[in-house]
Amino acid sequence: MALLEIDNLSVHFETDDGIVKAVDGISYTVDRGQTLGIVGESGSGKSVSSLTVMGLSRSRNARISGSIKFDGKELLTSSDDELRKIRGNDIAMIFQDPLSSLHPFYKVGAQIVEAVRTHRNVSKQQAYDRAIEMLGLVGIPEPRKRAESYPHEFSGGMRQRAMIAMALANDPKLLIADEPTTALDVTVQAQILELIERLQSEFDTAVVVITHDLGVVAEMADEIAVMYAGRIVEHAKTDTIFAGPEHPYTWGLLSSIPKLDSPRDEELVPIAGRPPSLINLPGGCSFHPRCPYVKPAHMKTDPTLEPVPGSDGHKVACLLAHETRQKLWRELREGTAPVEARADVMQDAPPPEAIEALEETEGRPAPTTVEEQPS
Amino acid sequence: MVTYIIRRLLWAILLLFVVSFITFVMFILLPSADPAVLRAGRQPTPELIAAIRENLGLDKPWYVQYLIYMRDLVLHFDFGYSYQNNVAVKETIFDRLPATVSLAVGGAVVWLLIGIPIGIISAIKRGTILDRAAMGFALLAISAPVYWVGLVSIYLFSKDLGKLAPIFQGSGQYTPFTEDPIAWASALILPWLVLATAFAAIYARFLRANLLDVMGEDYIRTARAKGLGERRVVFKHGLRSAITPIVTIFGLDLGILIGGAILTETVFNIPGIGRLAFDAIQKSDLPIVQGTVLIAAFAVIMANLIVDILYAFLDPRVRY
Repeated sequence: MALLEIDNLSVHFETDDGIVKAVDGISYTVDRGQTLGIVGESGSGKSVSSLTVMGLSRSRNARISGSIKFDGKELLTSSDDELRKIRGNDIAMIFQDPLSSLHPFYKVGAQIVEAVRTHRNVSKQQAYDRAIEMLGLVGIPEPRKRAESYPHEFSGGMRQRAMIAMALANDPKLLIADEPTTALDVTVQAQILELIERLQSEFDTAVVVITHDLGVVAEMADEIAVMYAGRIVEHAKTDTIFAGPEHPYTWGLLSSIPKLDSPRDEELVPIAGRPPSLINLPGGCSFHPRCPYVKPAHMKTDPTLEPVPGSDGHKVACLLAHETRQKLWRELREGTAPVEARADVMQDAPPPEAIEALEETEGRPAPTTVEEQPS
Repeated sequence: MVTYIIRRLLWAILLLFVVSFITFVMFILLPSADPAVLRAGRQPTPELIAAIRENLGLDKPWYVQYLIYMRDLVLHFDFGYSYQNNVAVKETIFDRLPATVSLAVGGAVVWLLIGIPIGIISAIKRGTILDRAAMGFALLAISAPVYWVGLVSIYLFSKDLGKLAPIFQGSGQYTPFTEDPIAWASALILPWLVLATAFAAIYARFLRANLLDVMGEDYIRTARAKGLGERRVVFKHGLRSAITPIVTIFGLDLGILIGGAILTETVFNIPGIGRLAFDAIQKSDLPIVQGTVLIAAFAVIMANLIVDILYAFLDPRVRY
């Protein structure tokens, strides 16, 4: 049995402007000691889905359905009290900005002590010793002294280390890291990722890393799920995502990562357009307004996440034929621009301009952007 | 920290000089009755007025008057004597201070006891009927002028005039605490409530807004992610941050009121600093006006300083 099993999870928020489909039917599992990377742009639902696991997206206007099983226990139907016992104990979370995530008025040590004493019936002294042990474990020099510091007296990397110390103080079975390195200097980012990996193997913790940066999960994740507009559009082993991705959105993400070994004048290819409004999702495949390989039929049919023929657990939600996708990726990897690749492979389809014209005549609402979704 | 306090105190002295000078100049420049004429009584002879003028030093140029005043103040801590009855200003002010302090401190306790719980409950129950009702009342309380609330409360609740429930002492019942603590408290209940009304409303709204702000902070999410109970999240993590700015405005409000709650003191005829200033202005009694203005300015400056020092203890990020 997997440690975390999420099945057909939807999180919709009722707002004055309409229903925001932040998460729209996603499923994934995480095994003990395994690392899953969830990758996507802001507003793709990656943070909301994880906050929902923690029970932190419950609110009056949230409609949550599906199933989240942790260690065999259904969390969606659990009471707030039951969830509270799991939070910070069996499932811990670290966040993007460690400065704003630590309370500015309390000492770092005291904040870890609070985390320990919330779940364990130990004396203040025992909890304090544990806090210092954890601070040492995450590589904070002179932990006994630094426990008496306030968060603003720490550097960015040290704060994230302290957050990790706090999260792991109760030996959680699952650690959710929500953009753990985004707010940090590049030089510190690698240290933090290394630290998470090291502690993961020491504690045998399962880790879910949420990021917009495929580079962050390239090294540490066993599997990667790519999210777009509240859904998982591609899910595969990490090697497969980098070697043989099948979704045009994943291709876009990959070609927007700078590589050290590529010629200096090589341009990064951004993904055209913007993430869709989660209130007014485009019909058909929700990626179609930004997809260079769109065919008219893609605007009507909504693709489902289906296994790639002949693969080991590789799933993708794309309406293009498997062979076409493989051919396109081969060409893109050889340096063909998306426009050329499309011309080569898709002679039967009308050019993108014609499809845009078609959209307008059909009166389809043009994709609009939204502010970043609650995360 | 110590150098900071010393620097602030030096500034405070300079500021008090400026305040006294401005008060003096305003008094000279603005049209007001001649203090000598007011002092002389009915149908005075020109000789009498001239004699009084000379006696009070009013015959000298205004800047000489100011210099004499400052000399006495700085060298002898002497605030001068009332134009009206020759009583020493310093004694008068110290006589009146207990009443004002009683009113201000008691009122402050009442408005904190009312305002803070309402602010917290409104923030936690945001958007509910309870919240809307509380904020509606708060808006009314802020909008109603204190002299109107004072008069209405006397009309409805005072023992002598009350039409609705004559349960509280009304106007003019003030008794010093040292004479009779019970009479002191019972005479001040209505003024405390009246003074506290608007302040409680302001504090409730301010705290509600602060707390709502804070509850959206990342560290509150962290507190919840740790598995803390909602009560602890709100009180230990949310309120701790939300209350800090309240301390600032509380210090200033209290400082201002120590300088005299003119309207409340006048409505309830409480012999405090505010009432003293009000009467002195009507009678062009410059030394008293100067004295009350200086004591008010001093109270505000000190309150400001205390708040700033306190802030360094409340917020570890603040260092001087």
